[in-house]
Amino acid sequence: MAFTIEAEVLGDLGKVTLIGELDGSTAPLFKEKIEEIAKAEIKRLVLLMAELEYMSSAGLRVLIFAKQKMGTSVNIYIVGAQEMVQDTIDQTGLHQSFYLVDAFDFTT
Amino acid sequence: MERIDIHPTHEINGRKLRCGQPFPFGAMLVPGGVNFAIYSSHASSCTLVLFNKKEPQPFAEIPFPEAFRIGNVFCMTVFDLDYENLEYGYRMDGPNNFQAGHWFDTSKILLDPYAKIVSGRDVWGVQPDWNDIYQHRGRISFDDFDWQDDRPLDIPLEDMIIYEMHARGFTKDESARIKDSHRGTFAGIRDKISYLQELGVNTIELMPIFEFDEFENSRRHPETGELLLNYWGYSTVNFFAPKAGYAATGKFGMQTDELKTLVKELHKVGIAVILDVVFNHTAEGNERGPTISFRGIDNKTYYMLTPEGYYFNFSGTGNTLNCNNPIVRGMVLDCLRYWTAEFHIDGFRFDLASILGRDPWGFPLANPPLLETLAFDPILARSKLIAEAWDAGGLYQVGSFPNYGRWAEWNGKYRDSVRKFIKGDLGLVGEMAQRIQGSPDLYQAAGRPPSTSINFITAHDGFTLADLVSYNGKHNEANGEHNNDGANDNYSWNCGIEGPTDNIYIQALRHKLMRNAMAILMVSQGVPMILMGDEFGRTQYGNNNTYCHDSPLNWLNWNLLEKEKDWFRFVQYCIAFRHAHPVFRNAEHFQNCDYLGTGYPDISWHGVQAWHADWSATSRVLAFMLCGQHAKGGKVKDNQIYVAMNMHHESLWFNLPEPPLGQAWYVFANTGAKPPEDIHWPGSEPRLDSQSGLLVGDRSLVILLAK
Repeated sequence: MAFTIEAEVLGDLGKVTLIGELDGSTAPLFKEKIEEIAKAEIKRLVLLMAELEYMSSAGLRVLIFAKQKMGTSVNIYIVGAQEMVQDTIDQTGLHQSFYLVDAFDFTT
Repeated sequence: MERIDIHPTHEINGRKLRCGQPFPFGAMLVPGGVNFAIYSSHASSCTLVLFNKKEPQPFAEIPFPEAFRIGNVFCMTVFDLDYENLEYGYRMDGPNNFQAGHWFDTSKILLDPYAKIVSGRDVWGVQPDWNDIYQHRGRISFDDFDWQDDRPLDIPLEDMIIYEMHARGFTKDESARIKDSHRGTFAGIRDKISYLQELGVNTIELMPIFEFDEFENSRRHPETGELLLNYWGYSTVNFFAPKAGYAATGKFGMQTDELKTLVKELHKVGIAVILDVVFNHTAEGNERGPTISFRGIDNKTYYMLTPEGYYFNFSGTGNTLNCNNPIVRGMVLDCLRYWTAEFHIDGFRFDLASILGRDPWGFPLANPPLLETLAFDPILARSKLIAEAWDAGGLYQVGSFPNYGRWAEWNGKYRDSVRKFIKGDLGLVGEMAQRIQGSPDLYQAAGRPPSTSINFITAHDGFTLADLVSYNGKHNEANGEHNNDGANDNYSWNCGIEGPTDNIYIQALRHKLMRNAMAILMVSQGVPMILMGDEFGRTQYGNNNTYCHDSPLNWLNWNLLEKEKDWFRFVQYCIAFRHAHPVFRNAEHFQNCDYLGTGYPDISWHGVQAWHADWSATSRVLAFMLCGQHAKGGKVKDNQIYVAMNMHHESLWFNLPEPPLGQAWYVFANTGAKPPEDIHWPGSEPRLDSQSGLLVGDRSLVILLAK
């Protein structure tokens, strides 16, 4: 399955939608978007993953990169991750660095 | 100004290259590419073989140009590689002459000894493709784990309580009641951290977790048809890679992250991690074994060979790693530094460590360079170094392992003395006095502290504690070797009936002996180690060598925890008692005198009469008292503790020594009493009725403290 990514900045919030399979070949696109968003002064980064089917170690590393790039003052939300993706995040211990939530209320 | 060393200088078959860095060995990410460096002193040429993940055929083979060999190291940087999906190996050319010790064969693709991830056995127990031309494939790892402020815990050795466990067996059984995908994995151990806290141990020792092949020598049992695997894993394929099959994420190649997460989470709650490491031999076996790595890269460097070219077999498993060759020594050092710095491992237990002190011809060295190097290494400076101080070649060094003030030992003599004593053998009291004091007879003269002695009664090798009191002899038929394997000197006693029984008297006696064993272990100077599952009565049905069973015989049955809750409670309280009382955890040996002027010697010996121990050959009785004011050499204050051990088959009245002025005796444990009166939570011990003496039941032990 192909990979698509959309990113936008809404005030102090960064919103990224990931669809398809995130692996070594597609992770650089994710990383590029993170770098773009990092230029804006955001306080929250929301990663919508409901339609992300698979994440390889390359994808995990972009998550680590995002965390380090944004710094500790930015909270990162992983929204609606499918079980396989959530398992991978959990088993590798990354769950502690992110907020794993089922849904995100953009009105707050 | 841009660096010039990130640009290719050569091109072979369209691949962009430049001469690489000879150090460090292995495959390392560098700007724009991957640096490959591998040592061979006898190879005439070397070719790098590159695969895409799981592909049957390589996509590229790149011979190292002559100019890319520095000394005996082939080094090359290859640019523009998809390193996430890359698997790499080598072909080595050179002499093929058995007697001369050379096994070069360009038809074999060889695993880099310094590979940090190895694929090929990604999910435990899944049959590999035996036609694959490259079975164990090197991969590239990333050192970007987020450790935050974690580092090795640095718990003083004498304060450790070690729990020896099998990474898979701990949670593989359904009764572990964790997520299915976590069962038998590092993630599963993480799910059970709160249990380890409840038990109270502060160190886990993982049986081998370096990449090994569970299918090595796999076979069907001739009668039962059971598939027998290399379950324990004492046969290393690669020394730098964690076993993929022990990780829930192994199928994604993320085993390093999962293991690091486990270590970090354990450290957060104060639990240290020791690895059981097997440097004495490798999975390549003897002359008939597979060529995986070392044999094809530099057989003569890595292995001890006879003048005829055969493998020396001091390990009992086919070959012997040539540990005191400077190259191999360097690899062992690099390996341990890597696990310490990159995985924050707290220490290492060396399997058949006496081999590490042999010279290339097998003779024991007086001053083995490897052991000395490890003892004085700056990165390993705070790592625990624990030797299994014997080998299969007959070298037995308990008490004499070359130590440089650093090495501790699995004390096999402690195990044997306590086993014999608790089953009522005669002539043991003198020996027991030594074992309880941290075996000064073995260590004090050489200036080695009590914590040199890793005290254990059971370990993975041998009976479980429940089996030790349920079987007179081993029952290893399930191993398919006609009960010829496994130790014969078990010093065990079945208490009247071989194996399981409904006889409640025998069941009670067995539990009493188990309580005696655990209590003695926890009040002995030195470092106690308990075996996974002994705390709730795990049985192997009399099998004392379960190396080949990936089955409920080896998997921890957590249902026993409910069934054996009184016994579990006893173990848990004993552990808490040891933590509560520094007087059991001295850093120096007792002087058997009152060097602080407290009115009591640091340790004193008693019998049925206070101040009179019966040291005769027919005695089964010994009591001792620890002076709390001498705890940790007088640096901390603790209670006076009195322990009476009656291993005689009749009850005996013990007259008690006086407690310190103004204090009275309180009962912490009495293994002759029925639960819950057998033990009390530290701090809530009841006062002893008669302060002048007490009746200690047959084959029973009592622990008192004064307050």
